[in-house]
Amino acid sequence: MLSIIEIKNVGKRYNITGRKRGYVALRDVISEKLKHPLSALAGIGRNIMGTNRMETFWALRNINLSVKKGEAVGIIGANGAGKSTLLKILSRITPPTEGEVRLNGRVASLLEVGTGFHPELSGRENVFLNGAILGMTRKEIGEKFNAIVDFSGIGDFIDTPVKRYSTGMYVRLAFSIAAHIEPDILLVDEVLAVGDAEFQKKCLGKMEEVTGKAGRTILFVSHNMSAVEKLCPTSILLSHGKIVKAGETRDVIRHYLAAEYEKSSGHEKLFPLKLKGEVTLHDFAVSQKNIRTAHLDADTPFTVEIDFEAHANLSLFRAGVYLKNALGDVLTRSFTSDWQPELERVAKGRYQATLLFPEKLLMPGNYFVSLSLNRFSVMNYLAKHTIEKTVTVGPSAYFNQAHPAEKPEGKIFIKNRWTLKLVSDQNKQSDES
Amino acid sequence: MVTVIKPKKTFSLEDLREIWRYKELLYFFVWRDIKVRYKQTIVGIGWAIFQPFMTMVVFSVFFGKLIKVPSDGIPYPIFVYTGLLFWQLFASALSDTSNSLIGNAAIVTKVYFPRIILPLADTANKFVDLFFASLALIFLMFHYGYAPRFSGIALIPILLIITSATAVGAGLILASINVKYRDVRYVLPFFMQLLLFLTPVIYPSSIAGKYAWLLSFNPMTGVIKAARAGLLGTGPIGWQSLAISSLAALALLAAGIFFFKKTERYFADIV
Ligand SMILES: Nc1ncnc2c1ncn2[C@@H]1O[C@H](COP(=O)(O)OP(=O)(O)O)[C@@H](O)[C@H]1O
Ligand SMILES: [Mg+2]
Repeated sequence: MLSIIEIKNVGKRYNITGRKRGYVALRDVISEKLKHPLSALAGIGRNIMGTNRMETFWALRNINLSVKKGEAVGIIGANGAGKSTLLKILSRITPPTEGEVRLNGRVASLLEVGTGFHPELSGRENVFLNGAILGMTRKEIGEKFNAIVDFSGIGDFIDTPVKRYSTGMYVRLAFSIAAHIEPDILLVDEVLAVGDAEFQKKCLGKMEEVTGKAGRTILFVSHNMSAVEKLCPTSILLSHGKIVKAGETRDVIRHYLAAEYEKSSGHEKLFPLKLKGEVTLHDFAVSQKNIRTAHLDADTPFTVEIDFEAHANLSLFRAGVYLKNALGDVLTRSFTSDWQPELERVAKGRYQATLLFPEKLLMPGNYFVSLSLNRFSVMNYLAKHTIEKTVTVGPSAYFNQAHPAEKPEGKIFIKNRWTLKLVSDQNKQSDES
Repeated sequence: MVTVIKPKKTFSLEDLREIWRYKELLYFFVWRDIKVRYKQTIVGIGWAIFQPFMTMVVFSVFFGKLIKVPSDGIPYPIFVYTGLLFWQLFASALSDTSNSLIGNAAIVTKVYFPRIILPLADTANKFVDLFFASLALIFLMFHYGYAPRFSGIALIPILLIITSATAVGAGLILASINVKYRDVRYVLPFFMQLLLFLTPVIYPSSIAGKYAWLLSFNPMTGVIKAARAGLLGTGPIGWQSLAISSLAALALLAAGIFFFKKTERYFADIV
């Protein structure tokens, strides 16, 4: 069968000066170059035309991929791997520097929801505007208008200017429009990272419906591994602009997590890390049963250990961690000083801080344990470093094993016990009557 | 429908066809801007009339009454207001057009459409302001007892086209430069001010004497001269200077489109 998306040797080169340095002031360029007027003029011309070859790098290189009609393909990879760039090329927002893409059908991209929403306009007017921006015709929008409003649950607020909407309402309306476009190819970039859990679930449901029923092709970028696994049978893994693995989603995710752990233990080379001359970080580790690991067993407590040295007597000091889920939401923050103010003062010397997390705390999935070392409102020692461990929590062995397909649901895991008491015996009653 | 995405592009007929395919989005951008501008209907309309009208009053008092700038023998208020109508269309279209990409950065970086739609929409929506401002001209002409000639009215669409082409042409160039060098927009008002005095808005082009033809390289000169001749009968319609102006406008538009197409591909990367 003919593939609906055919990507051949695609590469994208960006200017490093592109967006990071903010904008360039013509005034500076002129005063800078007034000394060499002729070459300066040519240079400005080249700059405006974007043909200046200096300070460039490849955000994507040698990408080859072919996707068949009706397939849903996940795209995973660390921040900066090039996922968004790939989607931007496919949606023609930015052209590739080399290579070629063939698309056999109408494309819609959801790089964000609510693109082009105007705060002064009402919900109704924004549905039409946003729909048009996403590629729907006026007629199409008119036909789907009621369905869009129903799905969003906005109700009577549809005629209120969206600047009066709460964030939740805004996102719901925006997603609802997006959910009603009917392209042959849908490109989705981490839009599920917004909105509350309930709504995310609804969106996932809608997406599943879209892939399953309508036979639509989807490319799905997400940091939410379970969402990718649920939605996409196959995936590709991008790393530094290259496809490093492709295949069954489960394998690709495993590969990705293993690579992430390699990377997250990479900063151990930094130790001992001297910070602002006041503190030296000697070690940071997550372990279980005294063994350092990235794969945590749900039925065993685990510890976080921070080995640091204070080079002076420090006040207002705290060491601690943020525990984040795969989407980057902070689940909890725990610092040495949280419940023990006396730990705020540390005298000169070397310390080992240990935090014990209980067993059966986290649902199966991926988490980040992110280190923090600071003096409250005085100094953040890790302002320039991200020291973070990626950990994977496996399923509990004690959760009902009779039906492998049945999984626990929710965000936290609590080992709770039900009691079931017989209050009236059905058999006896029927015997008596 | 098969789409092929390849590196570089230059201007081709396909671009025109594509703009046609996206005409509905163009319509929606125009609709959005008008909707927002005229949300408070009365205030919106009032402002569209008040602005040129007050400018006319101030100019009439200072240039017409006190300095006694010649006005080709017709009352100075209608003389200057006719010029202001076209000037304002040009000036507001140009300044909005040159900001059109930056102003819509959030959309440009998130969806695809032919980018040229944005400057076009920003020029098109100025016609609503023009419509309301023209009501005041009709009132003024009635007040001073001037009936427009048929030839003058027939000429108006052509003049509007030349004005738009000039604004779009220059606007496309400025919009492209603006994406890269954001300080351009701060100097633009200054140059617009200069240009106002280099255009026969507050004075007749006849005062330049034998150098008047030089002024017609500014497309707005031919437009305003022809508008006065056509509507108010200030003299023969200067076909020659109108022709020069049209050619200049066309050249500017072509340069604008060329420049815009050349730079378009990286807008989303740096805007
Ligand atoms: N417009 C741009 N100009 C310059 N560099 C960019 C631009 N957009 C993205 N990049 C860089 O390209 C790389 C890939 O970015 P991106 O595709 O956004 O990654 P991801 O979506 O996987 O996090 C990053 O290093 C990023 O900084
Ligand atoms: Mg991204």
